[in-house]
Amino acid sequence: MTLPLVNPLLAIRHLRKSYAIPEGGRHLVVAVDHFDLAAGAEVGLRGESGSGKTTLLNLIAGILTPDAGTITLAEQPISALPEAARDRLRARTLGYIFQTFNLLPGYTCLENVLLGMSFGPGPDRAHAVGLLRRMGLEQRLNYYPRQLSTGQQQRVAVARALANRPRLVLADEPTGNLDHRNAAEALALIREICREHGAALLFVSHDREVLAQFPHVADLAQLRPPETIAGQPEGRA
Amino acid sequence: MILPLMIWRSLRQHALSTLVTAFSIALAGGLLMSVWAVRTQSQAVFTGVNAGFDAVLGARGSKLQLVLNAVFHLEASPGNVAWEDYLTIARHPNVALAIPLAVGDNFRGYRLAGTLPELFTRAEFAPGRHFTLRPGGEFFDPTRREAVVGSFAAQKLGLRRGDQFHPYHGLTFNEADQHAETYVVVGILEPSNTPADRVIWIPLEGLQSMSGHATNTVSELSAVLVKLKSAAGGFAMDQAYNKQGNRLTFAWPIGQVMVELFRKIGWFDEILALVADLVALVATASILAGIYNSMNERRREIAILRALGARRSIICGAILGEAAAIAAFGMAAAFGGYASIMVTAAGVIRAQTGVVLDPWQFNPVMVFAPVILIALGALAGVIPALKAYRTPVAEHLVPG
Repeated sequence: MTLPLVNPLLAIRHLRKSYAIPEGGRHLVVAVDHFDLAAGAEVGLRGESGSGKTTLLNLIAGILTPDAGTITLAEQPISALPEAARDRLRARTLGYIFQTFNLLPGYTCLENVLLGMSFGPGPDRAHAVGLLRRMGLEQRLNYYPRQLSTGQQQRVAVARALANRPRLVLADEPTGNLDHRNAAEALALIREICREHGAALLFVSHDREVLAQFPHVADLAQLRPPETIAGQPEGRA
Repeated sequence: MILPLMIWRSLRQHALSTLVTAFSIALAGGLLMSVWAVRTQSQAVFTGVNAGFDAVLGARGSKLQLVLNAVFHLEASPGNVAWEDYLTIARHPNVALAIPLAVGDNFRGYRLAGTLPELFTRAEFAPGRHFTLRPGGEFFDPTRREAVVGSFAAQKLGLRRGDQFHPYHGLTFNEADQHAETYVVVGILEPSNTPADRVIWIPLEGLQSMSGHATNTVSELSAVLVKLKSAAGGFAMDQAYNKQGNRLTFAWPIGQVMVELFRKIGWFDEILALVADLVALVATASILAGIYNSMNERRREIAILRALGARRSIICGAILGEAAAIAAFGMAAAFGGYASIMVTAAGVIRAQTGVVLDPWQFNPVMVFAPVILIALGALAGVIPALKAYRTPVAEHLVPG
């Protein structure tokens, strides 16, 4: 996605991430030369299994550090920041929705949301309760994840991702574990809530039906520079 | 705010492991505190017990045996003292009070001690405190077969004022050794929390002339309890009896003799303390093992927390806090174990010696043992915390 943006919320330049492989050498997982995302934008990101979608999101979130290149998030060079600063930036700027939801099993719905807030601007119970109510979970505040249906868990995960009023929401195949109807509902809900909060959305999926609903869709394979395609695995460890 | 919630939730999630580990800490802490408290309290109490006297005069032999026999009413008498020796020391200018004591009989295992009424009327078993009787009782008439019973002995034997009994020969109870004489209980002593509570007191002459006792020792004593006018006098008498004389032993000061006893059995204390320390160390190590073994299942949770923005220091803090919390819960429960052990130990010591320990008395170990064990608990959390610190986030975000 190479939109001509003056001041993008997210800017990726010449990004490379590779892993050592048992046979020796390294496997280049992510190679993105140029990718920008505007504030409040909704972008679908297509990628087949093993194409490095999750790795790219983890790089954007500062969970992983790149081998080369830069990622600038909210004018902060997240890829170059010290780890503690990356943690802070992630907690305050990003919301992350995982494919497997990643709710903490020992915490109630409300606590899962409050916990996410605690690492950012601080817990705001009223806001957390409001979000869960907005998700139709007002009767489930004190339920544990195991006591919820898959769709309800999904909604808690969305509430948690949006609790800190993030500027960017990363969604890693959040509908991948849902049936068709629930997937459609979840997608609509995520988009709606992101719009309400003015958050940009980078929605990763390999489901063409899901991606068809986004005004802009980027293909991870097409973001990859041609010279990096033939050379895999590249170099020696 | 967030850290206590994380610690509490983790403890709850690993409830069984938490309970088992906290229980082992409770046992270790209870044992450690009670061993320490029994040791310090019994040492303080036993070296402080002197029945209100400064010295014991007895047959040539062990000072410790003399004190144990005459003051604690344990052990056999090392030998006899002639009546003339009693008269000599009673008239000595350095002596304020001398009370003769004769032992050698029992009633159902509780020792009979023959003495003079002055033990009750003149001697103070503690500064300013004389023996007193329960209402209606009276001290014995030295010319009659009457007995005053210590409170503990009366309770255990079920003796009341007006009851009659036959003494038995020897210090250990043997039904075949019953004396023909009959004694009447004329008084029960109020508890003094001293070894005197375990004794049945009868007139000196009665014990000396009990049927079956050797006729040539009828005027002899087991020991003489001595109250001195001054400590300097004790030094002079120590020289006279122990250094210059060779017939009698003057055990003075009584407390010092008991200190020697504790010095002699110090190795036993040290072994007990060592065992308690080792138990505490093993219990602490169980915290490490408990948390460390659960690290694999925690990794995903740690990864999620990190992905939500939790810094490594928060994750480490939660693990260290959890380890310290397990130790703290264990130590809170340890006070229950401590109370049980202390009450039992105090009961046994009282039954065996008459000396009363106070299970509820404050001991500094009640502060420093919890502090040390909680600190050790937190220390045990360091290795799991380091493992948590190094957890690779991206690898563990996906269910394994």
